[in-house]
Amino acid sequence: MSDQTSRAGFFRQSWLVLLLALSFGAALAAVEISFAPRIRENKRNATVSQIPELVPGAVKEASKEQSVGGALVYGAYDAEGRQVGWVVPAAGQGFADRIELLIGLDPTASTITGIYVLDQKETPGLGDYITSKERFRRYFEGQPAAAPLKVVKREVAPRSGEIRALTGATISSDAVTAIVNQRVRELGAALAQARQGSES
Amino acid sequence: MTETGPSAYERFINGIIPENPTLRQLLGMCPTLAVTNGVKPALTMAGATAFVLICANVITSLMRKLIKPHLRILVFTLTIATFVTIADRFLQAFMPEMSKVLGPYVPLIIVNCIIISRCEICGSKQGVKVALADAVGMSLGFLVALLSISIPRELLGSGTLLGLRVLPEAWPNWGVQVLPPGAFLTLGLILAFVNWYSARRAAKV
Repeated sequence: MSDQTSRAGFFRQSWLVLLLALSFGAALAAVEISFAPRIRENKRNATVSQIPELVPGAVKEASKEQSVGGALVYGAYDAEGRQVGWVVPAAGQGFADRIELLIGLDPTASTITGIYVLDQKETPGLGDYITSKERFRRYFEGQPAAAPLKVVKREVAPRSGEIRALTGATISSDAVTAIVNQRVRELGAALAQARQGSES
Repeated sequence: MTETGPSAYERFINGIIPENPTLRQLLGMCPTLAVTNGVKPALTMAGATAFVLICANVITSLMRKLIKPHLRILVFTLTIATFVTIADRFLQAFMPEMSKVLGPYVPLIIVNCIIISRCEICGSKQGVKVALADAVGMSLGFLVALLSISIPRELLGSGTLLGLRVLPEAWPNWGVQVLPPGAFLTLGLILAFVNWYSARRAAKV
């Protein structure tokens, strides 16, 4: 028993575990260093490839990463180099886990042109319909950004400021709408501030 | 240390059918149920699990004489977790779509009982050759099991195989097969069939 409690005994017992932890840790660091740029690139590609979907007329190659209000946003430009809108990453708590979204907006951030779900772990078969354009995402298209969108449980008219909740997934619907509302408000404020700054 | 136990060939064959990890030992139920709504995610999961199982079993076998018995689970888990992390990062880097579909089930390979049970039963007791054969056999067994569940599920649930249209457009997709209940139904029926078949064979002998 003294062997197990003394310091020498501790290392005699655990040297293999310590050695493995160090060498596996080093191996993982090497893997991380070699794969991380590719993983970041994949995430960026997933975002950029959605830009033409989210902002009508935008060209993927012409998009620019910009900083508005201290946060990363993508400026969407058409083939002639005119700005046709914004694509804004946003995230927040969903029903199961964090939901990561992209929000498409027109150049003045007054109209939402579309949303896309980058990452979500909502309930399969109910909450994960937030990723479906037919069932859910289309309600965001063309909505005015001036006032917060409201979630309702009935059929809605286009551009009415109302989002129809998914059956069996009210919390997921609420979560997406809340994330959109908050991020759109933040961006609107940041853009207004930038405009004021450039005018004065 | 004496090294007794089944030979490499016996270990290999046992893994595929007689001791199939999923259909016979009923291990690894979580990935079996979760990723079998399509053949592609099932193949990816089988591949990732095979990589982890083979690496972990061989490394465990190489260090079997150094492992202190009361610290063995710690060593197994450390080894498994390392290879699972490598597999997860690899999928994120080179197969981002699949990584998104499999989601948390790749990191969850760490707690897949198939792997830790092989380290305990074979890797920590027998030589590298036997451990390798054992891991490959079990991996194939897991692949067979995942395919046997995912093929009917994708076919009936989406009318496709590997994402390619197989059944005519008129086929009304049997939605429940894509959802978790479909996994339980299919697994139950396949287990029933395997038990019925082996009972019949036992009765004949």
